[in-house]
Amino acid sequence: MLPARGERDREQRMLFKRIIPCLDVAGGRVVKGTHFRELRDQGDPVAMARTYSEQGADELVFLDIDAAPQQRATLIEVVERTAREVFIPFTVGGGIRDVDEIRRLLRAGADKVSIQTAAVQRPDLITEGARLFGSQCIVVAIDAKREADDRWQVYTHGGRQPSGLDAIEWARAAERRGGGEILLTSIDADGTRSGYDLALTRAVAEAVQIPVIASGGAGHPRDLAAVLTEGRADAALAASIFHEGAFPLRQTKQYLKDHGVPVR
Amino acid sequence: MIALVDYGAGNLRSVQNALDALEVESAIASEPEDLMRADAIIFPGVGAAAPAMEALRTRGLDRALVDAVHRGTPFLGICLGLQLLFDSSAEDGASCLRIFGGTVERLPTREKLPHIGWNTLERMADHPVLNGMEGEAMYFVHSYVGVPQDRQLVAAKTTHGVPFVSAIAAGSMVAVQFHPERSGTAGLKLLENFVEFARVQRPTPSPYRALPQRGRHVAGKGGEG
Repeated sequence: MLPARGERDREQRMLFKRIIPCLDVAGGRVVKGTHFRELRDQGDPVAMARTYSEQGADELVFLDIDAAPQQRATLIEVVERTAREVFIPFTVGGGIRDVDEIRRLLRAGADKVSIQTAAVQRPDLITEGARLFGSQCIVVAIDAKREADDRWQVYTHGGRQPSGLDAIEWARAAERRGGGEILLTSIDADGTRSGYDLALTRAVAEAVQIPVIASGGAGHPRDLAAVLTEGRADAALAASIFHEGAFPLRQTKQYLKDHGVPVR
Repeated sequence: MIALVDYGAGNLRSVQNALDALEVESAIASEPEDLMRADAIIFPGVGAAAPAMEALRTRGLDRALVDAVHRGTPFLGICLGLQLLFDSSAEDGASCLRIFGGTVERLPTREKLPHIGWNTLERMADHPVLNGMEGEAMYFVHSYVGVPQDRQLVAAKTTHGVPFVSAIAAGSMVAVQFHPERSGTAGLKLLENFVEFARVQRPTPSPYRALPQRGRHVAGKGGEG
């Protein structure tokens, strides 16, 4: 049973940590695959978004893993339908190259866009996006790979190409240029289901003032708990643990609550 | 008809989608006449104050908004639509609508900014639009907050390291710092409350600033970008 209102009010006087299911979208469907091979169909993105919203998702991320120009129209249509049916914030990312694409996605109803490779290639894209649409809708995605104990390099092109940039320095630069949030993925942890890279997440979260969304490695609710406490992340993103039903969203949030992590 | 004030700032579509889901008719208002005819007004907004004020002035919507408020047209401001009601904003030095005395200041917190995510409404004033909202979590995304001179205006507070004003209410006017259109079921409920309030409410002229101080709009930084 829910505690009485007054009691709930006393319980929580701070910002909740956000739990963000990520939906990989290709050809208008949610897919799951490894390295763009053997894509398995997981469902209609709008229906899945609605279900997650009902289960207590705090936000959603759509990642366009096609990112082919001819598929953009399909993605836009998904974004428009989601915006009509889902009333929590959602971010769209994947292959966004310029402010016209940002504008199209925001007009279609996305609350934020996430930019990655194009931001590394041309950091002014962050500045321009923030100036035109506001920092609140520019999420800078960083894929980082461990180089040494406390050093991580930024990779682009879906984690295939080293950029020469230091992840912490790049996160600071993204903030200076007007990025509103960092979506930080550990390439090492991604797909392992053995937990987020806590050292990386913590290093970045402590280096910037803007919120950091941790991604890559979630296999159990305890991994989310760890990255939201020890890892100092403001939000945790995960895909397969929610999609495949091993740890449904509601159960995950209950686990976090039981372990003292402030979630909604 | 509920008028959604269009001055080129972002999230109009989200608000309209939410009203559509509630099966409430709304129309985009981009001319002063649209606001004169409106039964109720929703004033959304994201982004910075100065370009928003500039866009409102260019369209003549600033005066139309002030006039509508003084006629007592039921009004809901959202996010920047709350902040612009005050005298000025420290964000970019913008001179605002001056419907309420007070300023907009950067949230003096040691926590992360922008304040992004879900946070709780505390200590609600008794207003039909905010009915049942105490203790509910709503979605916020902002770095600046309204600081009203008249504390009687404060309808709800929220804490992000420090407490700040997350809703104000006076007569037919309500304004919220969070985004009801992005706050799931609780947010839709607030919008529904507003629609119902607008339907049954007889216009109650705002007791604040009996006349808009038009001269100061011109004398101030009226032309800034």
